[in-house]
Amino acid sequence: MPRMSADANHRIRFKLNGRMVEADAEPRMLLTDFLRYNLAMTGTHVGCEHGVCGACTIEIDGVPARACLTLAVQADGADIRTIEGLAPAPGRLSVLQEAFRRHHALQCGFCTAGILLSLECYLRDNPSPDEATLRDYLGGHLCRCTGYVTIIAAALDAAERLRDANKDA
Amino acid sequence: MSKAGDKSWIGRSVERIEDLTLLAGRGRYIDDIGVPPGTLHAAILRSPHAHAEIRAINTEAARRARGVVAIITAAEVAKLSASLVVGVKAPIECWPIAVGRVRHVGEPVAVVVAGDRYLAEDALELIEVDYAPLPAIVDPLAALDPQLPPLHEGLSSNIASDRSFRYGDPQREFAEAARKVSVSIRYPRNSCTPIETYGIVAVYDPAEDAYDVLANFPGPFSLHPVMARALKVPGNRLRLRTPPDSGGSFGIKQGVFPYVVLMGVAARVAGRPVKWVEDRLEHLCASVSATNRVTKLEAAVDADGRVRALSFDQIEDVGAHIRAPEPATLYRMHGNLTGAYDIRHVAVRNRVVLTNKTPTGLNRGFGGPQMYYALERLMQRVAVELKLDPIDVIRCNLVPTNAFPYQTASGALLDSGDYTRALDVALADGGFAELKKRRDAARAQGRIYGIGCTAVVEPSVSNMGYITTVLTAEERRRAGAKNGAQATATVAFDPLGAVSVHTASAPQGQGHRTVLAQIVADAFGLAPNDIRTVSEIDTARDAWSIASGNYSSRFAAAVGGAAHLAAMRLKEKLARTAAAQLNVPPAEIEFAGGRVHARGNPDNSISFARLAATSHWSPGVVADDDQALRETVFWTPPELSPPTEADEVNSSLCHGFIFDFCGVEVDRVTGAVRVDKYVTMHDCGRVLHPGMVAGQITGGFAQGIGAALYEEFAYSPDGAFLAGTFADYLLPTSTEVPVPVILHVETPSPFTPLGAKGVGEGNCMSTPVCLANAVTDALGLDAIDLPMTPAKLAAHIHPAEQAPNRARGLS
Ligand code: FES
Ligand code: FES
Repeated sequence: MPRMSADANHRIRFKLNGRMVEADAEPRMLLTDFLRYNLAMTGTHVGCEHGVCGACTIEIDGVPARACLTLAVQADGADIRTIEGLAPAPGRLSVLQEAFRRHHALQCGFCTAGILLSLECYLRDNPSPDEATLRDYLGGHLCRCTGYVTIIAAALDAAERLRDANKDA
Repeated sequence: MSKAGDKSWIGRSVERIEDLTLLAGRGRYIDDIGVPPGTLHAAILRSPHAHAEIRAINTEAARRARGVVAIITAAEVAKLSASLVVGVKAPIECWPIAVGRVRHVGEPVAVVVAGDRYLAEDALELIEVDYAPLPAIVDPLAALDPQLPPLHEGLSSNIASDRSFRYGDPQREFAEAARKVSVSIRYPRNSCTPIETYGIVAVYDPAEDAYDVLANFPGPFSLHPVMARALKVPGNRLRLRTPPDSGGSFGIKQGVFPYVVLMGVAARVAGRPVKWVEDRLEHLCASVSATNRVTKLEAAVDADGRVRALSFDQIEDVGAHIRAPEPATLYRMHGNLTGAYDIRHVAVRNRVVLTNKTPTGLNRGFGGPQMYYALERLMQRVAVELKLDPIDVIRCNLVPTNAFPYQTASGALLDSGDYTRALDVALADGGFAELKKRRDAARAQGRIYGIGCTAVVEPSVSNMGYITTVLTAEERRRAGAKNGAQATATVAFDPLGAVSVHTASAPQGQGHRTVLAQIVADAFGLAPNDIRTVSEIDTARDAWSIASGNYSSRFAAAVGGAAHLAAMRLKEKLARTAAAQLNVPPAEIEFAGGRVHARGNPDNSISFARLAATSHWSPGVVADDDQALRETVFWTPPELSPPTEADEVNSSLCHGFIFDFCGVEVDRVTGAVRVDKYVTMHDCGRVLHPGMVAGQITGGFAQGIGAALYEEFAYSPDGAFLAGTFADYLLPTSTEVPVPVILHVETPSPFTPLGAKGVGEGNCMSTPVCLANAVTDALGLDAIDLPMTPAKLAAHIHPAEQAPNRARGLS
């Protein structure tokens, strides 16, 4: 990474949900703040800002990452996906999102974006998870509303539908 | 979805209206909403000390820092506002910022307002505070010591309230009883910690001397007058608004209200709008905690396990300030102190003490976890000490089925129930007999396995007057009687005949908008998707009352009911107008499938939209009394009367019933608890949306697991706060929360328009003690306090090794 000056703003360019974006940020700016305030992508939430709750999880270069533990300047040149990039079209939902809706896998929805991003990544690489593995994997996310039961059910349901869809394809 | 009109939408798990938006990341939470141009950002300097005198605050360097516009300390706050009123008759002040001394770690000391949050936080580091540390009081029992200096100048000790109550003749019953059984409990501090923290955008208009504040405040709106008085404006000059979405609350977000005052003052001083979003460290150390409580509870018992009398001694630790609505935690259960049991004689002593800890406030279960932990541990001790089956002890004490509505000794009116049937169904359908076999098999293998059970009455829809039970009858007379629980709902038609609903219910993720759409769709024969609902609050424009907001599980019972009543009023008017047009009596008008028709003659009909728009376009064809544009209903149940002269209080309108049992295994090596099976039986009256009810139960259950096994706002003996991050304050994750078996029986409430009762908080009351009863059964312990951490249990499994004599010699 090039040397940064603490006071200066730096131009940051990256691919966000398939489109190139650019804006300026101080070197100390968190990626969460950059996404939310500079790029108006407020779907990524902040629950702790210390890397435990998982609410801020986004996808960076194909892997889930805590945006609150990432500096905006680190995103330069990356390929990033956030909750705003999951739905196939406005007013429509992805298979996983649909499953969350059917199973009432969200209440306040504050933790949901991070959980969806984590699961999208996970199900891509692990199309046939069992419940225990999923529970283990989702242990990195705190949800205070649901008690997780419906989240696990939605994830298992989505995995099955995605498998069926891939079989048909 | 099936066609509207073929059956009721109420009672079905329709998909939530809220979810399309939330799942797409388009929710509008407090931090997502645009702010006025020129908005500044606040950061708060907080006390590192549990107790210290503030000798001086030097803000010079901070004022000169880049981007800083204003710094607010106690001087500005005291000048521009007044102390928050407190709920006990004692000369104590309660400020949103430390005045003269800090009384808990995390108490605000100064606010920096700057161009952005980063700059504001930079400047915090430049503020110099000269503290003179004072000894801290952490233990509530220590706070009883009259020798210790009071934390508040107006008091002569740290006991802010001391009241005794007597219902029936407990003295006689205790004298005559065959046995006495007692428990001593220390209930710890914890919180349901929503994942979204507090947030505020405050604007002050000097021309009109008025504040406009957007905050993720969930109510109760009885705190609006508290805020307005603190800001020294009449209520109509504090416009309080809530955002459409809120990231959970569980009561905790009530605690944002002192910051509404603080940020109002900050906006006034800065001369510009000020935004503040709490961070997690601030939230854990200084938002709101549930009370910790020391309880001694004694029962007078017959030889067969029948409890004749109870005697409570409760010492409630509200922390450093008695912040409104405290000491409500101690009194919310006052009417139902006897739980699910028919016990006619009760003695109570309630003391409220101040300590150097975070002030307490609303927290899911609100008083229930503390009270039921004592009561239900006691019921288990009765069984153990009298060598009876715990289920038999519960059963023989339950309020009998033919006794409803049942007035408890302390004044609650238990609206409906069939506790014995619920118990029987739970035991049969939940597989209690198999669980016992499972326990026996585990024990035969040398494993540590136990079964626990508990019965709980879950109150909902709080009586706004219950808190005044802390006052004497004489004090209440002077203050004026408080009571009721006004719920409001507005239903309106627009010129195209579309239906809008507004309620002042400020949901925090519960799905109110969906349920309102179901209720109103049913009234008009429409589909939920036809109804648009708004449930956020704007105190300047909306119908609201002090009882408005989202707390005490009041939505389904009170607010949903008010929406139903408002819709029915409009429906009656429409029916009369339609009757005139269709030439049939109003009683023969039916609403179904988006049309309004004569019974038995669907062809003689008019479209609902056209009919609903009539009063806009052609008021001349509508009778005066039948103009149907907008109807607002204020509904308050007559059953919620003020406390009586004898201190009896119907503290809540509805009382659901819960019976839980569970099997747990304790790991012989680590002491970790594994919840093997958990069954929770609920009677919450009529179920409006089964999916949401299951969600409330499961969510509360998970929080109960957290409170039982992991969570504690721990303090060191000198008052240092030990749980400042989510790595120290452990929440249960998906690996720790098992799937509970949820069962229902339904006895509709006769007191609510739809027969529904609240269901949001019960498992926070029942689950911790149910698990504790199982763990004590497993380990053969007489007593255990929460949280039941592996270290604590391991110490029981592996008793401390004998200290070698040599060590003693050295001391
Ligand atoms: S906000 Fe990033 S992990 Fe909690
Ligand atoms: S849905 Fe509220 S925190 Fe998960």
